[in-house]
Amino acid sequence: MASPEHAPNASEYITHHLTHLNTKAQGFIVDMSVLNIDTLFWSLAMGFITCFVLWRVAQRATAGVPGRFQAAIEMLVEMVNDQAKAIVHSAESRLFVAPLALTVFLWITLMNALDLLPVDLPHKIFAWTGLDSFIRYNRIVPTADLNGTFGMSLGVFVLMIYYNIKIKHLGGFIHELFCAPFGNKIWLYPFNLLLNLIEFIAKTVSLAMRLFGNMYAGELLFMLIALLGATATWWGFGMHLVAGAAWAIFHILIILLQAFIFMMLTLVYIGQAHEGH
Amino acid sequence: MNLNATFVAQMLVFFILGWFTMKFIWPPLMKALDERAKKIADGLAAAEKGNAALKDALVRFQKLEAEARIRAQEIVSQNEKRGLEIVEGAKAAAKAEGDRLIAAAKAEIESEMQRAKDALRSQVALLAVAGAEKILRREVNAQVHADLLAQLQQELR
Repeated sequence: MASPEHAPNASEYITHHLTHLNTKAQGFIVDMSVLNIDTLFWSLAMGFITCFVLWRVAQRATAGVPGRFQAAIEMLVEMVNDQAKAIVHSAESRLFVAPLALTVFLWITLMNALDLLPVDLPHKIFAWTGLDSFIRYNRIVPTADLNGTFGMSLGVFVLMIYYNIKIKHLGGFIHELFCAPFGNKIWLYPFNLLLNLIEFIAKTVSLAMRLFGNMYAGELLFMLIALLGATATWWGFGMHLVAGAAWAIFHILIILLQAFIFMMLTLVYIGQAHEGH
Repeated sequence: MNLNATFVAQMLVFFILGWFTMKFIWPPLMKALDERAKKIADGLAAAEKGNAALKDALVRFQKLEAEARIRAQEIVSQNEKRGLEIVEGAKAAAKAEGDRLIAAAKAEIESEMQRAKDALRSQVALLAVAGAEKILRREVNAQVHADLLAQLQQELR
């Protein structure tokens, strides 16, 4: 809790839950000397779990009759592979892009699913174990941190540029930047370039913002629902139960949907990088 | 909504996870899937081949069966014919034997009869001669009438 003297009021409670555990308090909206430790820890942890589980399945995968868990993973792999085949028309690129899409899907699903943990559980655990003396804050959902989603969408942006240059070569890519979509006329060059830049920026920013917005709103709603329970009345308790259950069940859909959308858009954007205008 | 160095780290994690999956997870899973697909395809092909072989065997079997049935019919009819021939032969042989026996019996009877007739004839001649001798004892000389008796004997034959 924020201060031991008195129980936090609603706005203190929300502020506490929305504060990152970082290397130092962030003064400006962009400050590259700050690192969000909680976001990094949880995203690395989820990434590790994803890779470890997949790795175990991959090590034991048999061509014979698969176990249930192997079958489940295989269904996912087949789904991602089919999507990748339909969207990215280059078998060579798919060697990297399809596995990336699979991991991104599962990784984001796990990161999003952290939202379903009770919002106060980590803080309580830190308080019980005495860790709260140096873990003052903890935002558990890495995808509800713009840094988390923007980092991934920037990865997709880098891949878009990489494949654009790889497939069309540097000259072809620059030519396309200036000559598409309006046409190869000298007086159209600025407009073409402007539109292409806007397109790249919009793709990257919207990819990051969509996931961030959904998860941030979900997290905030869980906090507000938890505030109902914090009223310590029967009505608040009941509403906490009903609203919390309803929102959690609905949130399962959002968790999977957003992870799927991110994966699909990753494939789509990389697929578009393979196609000339 | 604050951006800081975290997103750079997150981007690196993104690529590391993608690289790890590409290197250690995707290939064995795809290999397993492809191998299973191949196994299933092979199994289906084998089943199809087995089915075709079964159909072939059935056709061959039916042909053999039909041939065997025709052969069996032939053998049966041949045997019937041969049986009939044997019976006919036996009948003919029996008839011939019977005829022969009858003819032999008839010949026997004939010769027997002839012999009896001869015996009777000679006895009748003797009796007649004896009767005549009794009647003609005195008047008739046997020496004189011997050619007469011989003539009578000749006529009775």
